[in-house]
Amino acid sequence: MIRFIVRRLLETIPVLLIILTATFFMIRFVPGGPFTAEKAVTPEVLRNLEKTYHLDQPLWRQYTHYLGDVLRGDLGPSFKYPNRTVNEIIADKLPVSLELGLLSLIVALGIGLPLGVFAAVKRNSWIDYVCSSVAMLGICVPTFVLGPLLVLFFAIHLGWFNASGWYGPLDRVLPSLTLGCVYAAYIARLTRGGMLEVLSQDYVRTARAKGASGFRVIWRHALRGGLLPVVSFLGPAIAGILTGSFVIETIFQVPGLGREFVNSAFNRDYTLVLGTVILYAALIIALNFAVDVAQVWLNPKLKFE
Amino acid sequence: MIAPTSSSSAAVLPEPLERGTSLWRDAWSRLRKNHLAVLGGVVLLVLALACVLGPLIFHLSYQNQNLDLGATPPGPQHWLGTDTLGRDLLARLLYGGRISLMVGLVASLVALVIGVTYGAVAGFFGGKLDSVMMRIVDIMYALPFTVFVILMMVFLKEPMQAVDAWLSRFALLSNLQGVGKILLLFGAIGAVEWLTMARIVRGQILSIKRMEYIEAARALGYGRRRIIFRHMIPNILGPVVVYTTLTIPAVMLLESFLSFLGLGVDAPMSSWGTLIKDGAEKMEEFWWLLVFPGGVFSLTLFSLNFLGDGLRDALDVRASKD
Repeated sequence: MIRFIVRRLLETIPVLLIILTATFFMIRFVPGGPFTAEKAVTPEVLRNLEKTYHLDQPLWRQYTHYLGDVLRGDLGPSFKYPNRTVNEIIADKLPVSLELGLLSLIVALGIGLPLGVFAAVKRNSWIDYVCSSVAMLGICVPTFVLGPLLVLFFAIHLGWFNASGWYGPLDRVLPSLTLGCVYAAYIARLTRGGMLEVLSQDYVRTARAKGASGFRVIWRHALRGGLLPVVSFLGPAIAGILTGSFVIETIFQVPGLGREFVNSAFNRDYTLVLGTVILYAALIIALNFAVDVAQVWLNPKLKFE
Repeated sequence: MIAPTSSSSAAVLPEPLERGTSLWRDAWSRLRKNHLAVLGGVVLLVLALACVLGPLIFHLSYQNQNLDLGATPPGPQHWLGTDTLGRDLLARLLYGGRISLMVGLVASLVALVIGVTYGAVAGFFGGKLDSVMMRIVDIMYALPFTVFVILMMVFLKEPMQAVDAWLSRFALLSNLQGVGKILLLFGAIGAVEWLTMARIVRGQILSIKRMEYIEAARALGYGRRRIIFRHMIPNILGPVVVYTTLTIPAVMLLESFLSFLGLGVDAPMSSWGTLIKDGAEKMEEFWWLLVFPGGVFSLTLFSLNFLGDGLRDALDVRASKD
């Protein structure tokens, strides 16, 4: 167990280093810079700007400089937001994205699990067909179609919600519903498959034979095994939810890190791009690691290797 | 001692004259019984034909603006209405479909080539090389691809414009604006979608390597080349075809995701993703601009997924059971 954790942590270091290096050189490789768009800048001002941000130094110097800063936990000053550091921007925007992601995950599990269990228990009945069709619908209608349609109906037509913004609790409903629905669909399909496999196994039949009620069999005996495919899907799902929020935050004008990242790429805000890429990579690696541990915990047949 | 059934049946010589049904004929007959998969295939065929031939037959133009007309709802003149610049939505949908379907196909092929090569190399050579290569795939699985695709689309845009400029020197290609951007889409999407394919191919190769019929072929003295091409490749083709079919919708989704963020093809070209983006911006007044592109796109994804699922059931692929 401890060896497994230590090995995975050690493995993370070169991975993050490679990501940082590759991203750093890819965005610098391209001509033009963050100050190209500003027309009013005189050559003198430009030189001063470049000096402030160390852009006048050779590339490898900038790289080692940046690497040193990152190791000290400092992601540098933003190029586009004067007087703000990347750390401040992330501290400001990340909680919003995390809240959106967490709510979406709750939506995904809250809709997907019951739907999948129902479909498996009532296999080949109309309930199964309805659940499976709804799941397929959720997979095939992308978030950027579903989101605007929900806005059109619930916000504009019925007037229940605001079309965009992130102020009150009501503003959380549509964005997290949109983002969560796709994953609810996948989770429903996986839960159905997992439950079907488990329900036909001997220990479930034994529990039934011993007179356990239908509900108890599902809740106490089958669910733990039936959820295994769902747990292994949680890693990709979390990554998808985090990056999926780029689009959701754009549709609903949510002031989160996803929208900030896309803007920073357009604006060539070098430090902000690098900072968010490293943060996303570290976050997703960490969450995947947590999912791996949870998997072993749920299924003693698997071992830490 | 009871002999295993497989060897006892092998003892009975197979009738050499009677042709057994091949894997493919078998799969085809099973696929035909899956109505949803057949329906998906038919819908795809109709959509693809409409996108390829439609504009040629109706002489529609996706560029013709009619600012006086503006946005009109669906009617006899323009079946699906017009956008705010007075352009026919049906024409734009058909042209957009060309781009979306083409990106889906070609980027999936890029992913296919990378994935099959990578997986086959890892599977064939095995040992240390295999474990290192697969560990790399494991690690890449845990990375935020979309982030890298976005970075590639933004930061490699200008080098690709150089490709555009170079291509436009040839008289024949001078009207192919924006080819660089499309090539970039192919590459960027293909570069991140190959991981699962690599895993599937490696698993297949590994399990096939130890099969008795391969051993038998070796015992019969067949050369390596004959074993690879006659015995191994045909047997991994099934899973590869199935997974490619399932990659196409994923790729199309990623393309429209990028287009929605403004990172896809440039105007006046449009893909379904850019049409959905435009529609979402104007949906309050002009609902049809969102509903039709969104509907056609979802229908395509539906069909591809049903066809892929059907193919998987027909070819009985154990590799991806979810």
